[in-house]
Amino acid sequence: MTPAASLAEKLLAGERSAVPRLISWAENADERFPAALARIFGRVGGAWRTGVTGPPGVGKSTLVNELARLFRERERTVGILAVDPSSPFTGGALLGDRIRMEERTLDAGVFIRSMASRGSHGGLALAAVDACDVMDAFGFDEVVVETVGVGQAEYDVVSAADTVLVVLCPGAGDSIQAMKAGLLEVADVLVVNKSDVSGADRLVTDLEEAVHIRTAGRTEWTTPVVACSAGTGKGVEGVVEAIETHRGFLAGDRKERLRAEKRILQVRRKVSERLSEAVWGSLGYLRTVETLLRNGATPYDVAARVMTTISAKLVDENPPSTDPGAGRP
Amino acid sequence: MVERKIRVLVGKPGLDGHDRGAKIVASVLRDHGMEVIYTGLHKTPEMIAEIAVQEDVDVVGLSILSGAHMELFPRVRKALEERGLGQVLLVGGGIIPKDDMRELEREGFAKLFGPGTKTDDIANYITDEMSRRWAKEGADV
Repeated sequence: MTPAASLAEKLLAGERSAVPRLISWAENADERFPAALARIFGRVGGAWRTGVTGPPGVGKSTLVNELARLFRERERTVGILAVDPSSPFTGGALLGDRIRMEERTLDAGVFIRSMASRGSHGGLALAAVDACDVMDAFGFDEVVVETVGVGQAEYDVVSAADTVLVVLCPGAGDSIQAMKAGLLEVADVLVVNKSDVSGADRLVTDLEEAVHIRTAGRTEWTTPVVACSAGTGKGVEGVVEAIETHRGFLAGDRKERLRAEKRILQVRRKVSERLSEAVWGSLGYLRTVETLLRNGATPYDVAARVMTTISAKLVDENPPSTDPGAGRP
Repeated sequence: MVERKIRVLVGKPGLDGHDRGAKIVASVLRDHGMEVIYTGLHKTPEMIAEIAVQEDVDVVGLSILSGAHMELFPRVRKALEERGLGQVLLVGGGIIPKDDMRELEREGFAKLFGPGTKTDDIANYITDEMSRRWAKEGADV
């Protein structure tokens, strides 16, 4: 058996040690990963995926820890992916989210993995979705992905979830900040954490108003605003209930449609990544671009030239075969 | 191409409330391009080993200043082995007498770093050791 096949079989047989190793393969873009995923993909889809994002310091990890506790009380198993930024200068990362989740360390029904963003365009989103697929296929009932919501890459990660929680807290900017940062658009549930801190009630009211202004009568789902104090556990039940309600709202067709759209997005990202690698992975195109720019061409002209050359080679009127296994090595 | 990163767990076993050293080392390793998972204080050997499994780390670094290293370090090593992680690069540091360092190095610790160690030396040791191991792995495949 190939290494990919044997690791996939381990996972399917319920050996937990296969989960971290497959996630490592995914994040290192290991060439064995696609074959392993192909073997476990049939088991993907049973987990409910919750994305948790928000500015630094609002208490996301503490909330995830509390959510995990409540999920466990309901006898559901939980896989958690905690994403932290890599340094753009050194490529290193300090991953400390699991410190807030330490009570869950020795619980066999909880798995926690830290992932560094590694700063690549779309690469993070791809590795994170792969990691969720691995946890899902293993059979965790709940999969939770946590990221610091500051950039496009982080949005891409949480937006791959079924239910997206955006966590805010009093004192970290008012609701206008939240509106302009685009956090409201991505949220299925808005959580006001640190509800015991003064200003929390006001933030809840402001957010409810902002949601109302944005969505009134135009969408079927009205984003609820839930207050809680993850540090004390107070009100976190309400967050779980909001996730349940959203899950109920998505049940059936809506869920299938949503997940299908997200898979299409994943394929598009994968293709863009491959294309970009194919073009810029070797020095040929880079040299041409340098030369053209030095000779006075504008960036638009150069990009147009590159595109003409690539599309002459690539674009074919015939889309690929629709046999699902075709093209697999 | 995705560059493979060295993943390091920095752990504080036992009842030892001093983690400035561990945090400094963690930051230095990060600045050398590694992905560092810090466990926080007061971890049991079992917790450290379980975190090492879930995070699939290449290196486990333990810090201790309480004097219990001869008790706790071997227990971490044993807990790692029980979970199939006998091959991780195991290092440690803290207030550890020279004789104890030598004994731990005989017992499966790759290297111990005492007070006065230059932080860059720790990072360079790990980087060199991991590139050597990965080169060997590549040659074996």
